[in-house]
Amino acid sequence: MSAFAAGTGRTSLSVLKATTAAVLLLAAAAPALAADGADATIAIGSLYEPQNLDNTAGAGQGINEAFNGNVYEALFRLNDDGTVSPSLVKDYKVSDDGLTYTFTLQPGVTFHSGDPLTSADVKWSIERVTSADSKSSRKNSLKPIASIETPDDATVVVKLSSRSISLPYNLSYVWVINDAAKDLQTAEDGTGPYALDGWQRGSQLAVKRFDKYWGPKPENGEVVFKYFTEATALNNALLTGAVDVITSVQSPDSLAQFKDNPDFTVAEGKSTTKLILAYNDRVAPFDNVKVRKALARAVDKKKLLEAVWGDYGTLIGSFVPPTDPWYVDLTKVDAYDPESAKELLKEAGYPDGFTFTIDTPNYDPHPLAAQFLQGELAKVGVKVNINVITPNEWYTKIYKAHDFQATLQEHVNHRDIVFYGNPDFYWGYDNPKVAELIKASEEAATVDEQTEKLKEANVQIAEDAASNWLYLYPQIVVSKTSVSGYPVNGLNSQFFAYGIKKAD
Amino acid sequence: MLIAAAVLFLLLRLLPGDPANALVSVGADPEQIEAARRQVGSDLPIAAQFVRYLGQLGRFDLGASFISGVPVLDEIGRRLTLTLPLTALAFVAAILIALPLGILAAVKRDRWYGGLISIVSQFGIAVPVFWIGILLVTAFAVKLRLFPSSGFPPSGWRDPIAALHQLTLPILTIALVMSASLIRYVRSATLDVIGSDYLRTARALGAGYGEALIRHGIRNGAVPVISILGIELASTLLGAVVVERVFSLPGLGSMLLSGIEQRDYPSVQGVLFVSTLLVLLVGFAADLTQRLVDPRLRGSSGGRS
Repeated sequence: MSAFAAGTGRTSLSVLKATTAAVLLLAAAAPALAADGADATIAIGSLYEPQNLDNTAGAGQGINEAFNGNVYEALFRLNDDGTVSPSLVKDYKVSDDGLTYTFTLQPGVTFHSGDPLTSADVKWSIERVTSADSKSSRKNSLKPIASIETPDDATVVVKLSSRSISLPYNLSYVWVINDAAKDLQTAEDGTGPYALDGWQRGSQLAVKRFDKYWGPKPENGEVVFKYFTEATALNNALLTGAVDVITSVQSPDSLAQFKDNPDFTVAEGKSTTKLILAYNDRVAPFDNVKVRKALARAVDKKKLLEAVWGDYGTLIGSFVPPTDPWYVDLTKVDAYDPESAKELLKEAGYPDGFTFTIDTPNYDPHPLAAQFLQGELAKVGVKVNINVITPNEWYTKIYKAHDFQATLQEHVNHRDIVFYGNPDFYWGYDNPKVAELIKASEEAATVDEQTEKLKEANVQIAEDAASNWLYLYPQIVVSKTSVSGYPVNGLNSQFFAYGIKKAD
Repeated sequence: MLIAAAVLFLLLRLLPGDPANALVSVGADPEQIEAARRQVGSDLPIAAQFVRYLGQLGRFDLGASFISGVPVLDEIGRRLTLTLPLTALAFVAAILIALPLGILAAVKRDRWYGGLISIVSQFGIAVPVFWIGILLVTAFAVKLRLFPSSGFPPSGWRDPIAALHQLTLPILTIALVMSASLIRYVRSATLDVIGSDYLRTARALGAGYGEALIRHGIRNGAVPVISILGIELASTLLGAVVVERVFSLPGLGSMLLSGIEQRDYPSVQGVLFVSTLLVLLVGFAADLTQRLVDPRLRGSSGGRS
């Protein structure tokens, strides 16, 4: 008996030894060397992998992160501080009636394929977004465009049917693409400082410095966006040096490990992402402004923000974040006050409260927020049922069919107060005064006039408690200490990579 | 196979939601949503969608992803280059761990380490895969820095050392979980053999214990273990979903998950179709191996001895 058993023992031991040796050998095989300085490769870790490479075809926010300003440029650029400045436009003139914009293009601009940039490319690119079968969410904002003319290769004339003060801003989303480009879902042909160098779906997307770029040379040679499905895996990648920077940290718990570590920098910028409890303002009891105000006062938003984000994040009293020019501090309008909430409910005819359902997207922080609201509203006698749905279902049930009482949702875009001017939008807020103000703001002659009108609209939606604005997310970028020069505000999910430097 | 395809097709359509939703974003107007539905064909009645799907399947065309526009078959092929080696290597590693330990646990069942192996393997069955993955990452990637915490090199298998280096922790994770249950099967199969009449007869005819076990035991004990191996291999293939997520690997499992989240029916159907095919193949291979090992099975038509 012992002969066999001992033999087995030896075999398994030597197998173990061999395995250990092999494992150690593998462990020693370190990954490839990385260049430093001007030719450095910057690895950017993100949770938002684009689904395709076309920002008008459901690619998701990840494509803006990877491509805006890096691979594609537009006529104008939305800077990290929220200002808009000319990009592919060298110069432009606006007629006195505000209906004709004449753009002169930058000279010497080349697409990655080698073709020169001409006005025909610009016309084609804008019409791609405004065309009948475009799925771009920006299509509506470009509606005032009546025609585009190209008198010569360097000039584009855009004629409007009504004034559009935000035209330069809106054009900052319209990628200028070579009109000869065939496949935009898996390839690109832009004018940006980087050209696509390879995309492994489910894994990473690499862009390489484009040597014939017309503008200043990027501070690095190559940028690799590495995609993760799990925040923990992403954090581990930064901890182990597999990525240099994380574009947006989504869980505050993980910050502790970077905050007290000299190897990492934690930068807090300003986001435009708002968490809101949107009511269906068309249906009772939410068609009653007193009920909406009562619910706004019944929720201790400070406590919610602390529960989700600790010391980060900002409280907002309306849909407008502090980075928008028409921001007004409205947190006092319906400040936390459960007693007056009960009073308002009584006045509205609900002395014993009521019951309603919150359709809650199934990912963080929505379920947590829903439970918090359930607890807070119970204190004023309002009973909340939580119905968990997937984001996909959300579009069908809420966005399209308006079949809901209330829903939690995060709204990521910059300057999106305009949604309150559209009574057909999913939340069904219908105040003709606000709709008129928003329309008039777009047709304003000056930016000051636009800002004035939108401020007024902003105050009005707060007075109407159109939705329950819970808080503004923080925007937190974490990087290795040796890496600098990245944008921190991440407006509209952009992440300009050309300024990123690696010191090691 | 046809029935499986039909059931899959219907179950997917029963999920609330619409693949067109993945193509639009907040701000889109109703006409744009309708245009997206026309593009993916979700505006057609389900019967018409099914006929269209069957027609494609007949040509072995799995269609193109609604979201990325890439042919599903190409994408699956690319992802299999990760999932298949991952599964196969984990499988081999599991056998290397489980066979010696399982036999040892049976032969030395009255020693302390025999019992210990059984207890530890019992624990291993109870522990979820992702938890083992997270533990391994914390220990070997974050603390010891021996292996990367996640991902797969873009060069793929052209640089086999780098690829293996990246895949070591995922392989180990699957192998540990798989070997936990395998050890128990190997142990009980070995116990059966040890207690069998033929082994006693062989010993009575003068063979040593080890010799008898090797000559007569392994073949007999292998038959039930092989069928379990087949089942384990098939479930590992599907269980790769979890491991691929923990380690952010671009394999078949992550394709399935994102497909389901976005209601990208062609991708989901494609992945499930191909994995059903693979599971059938594995089952067939296990059957075949059993017959090779045990001549008694060759005469019968699939019955188990």
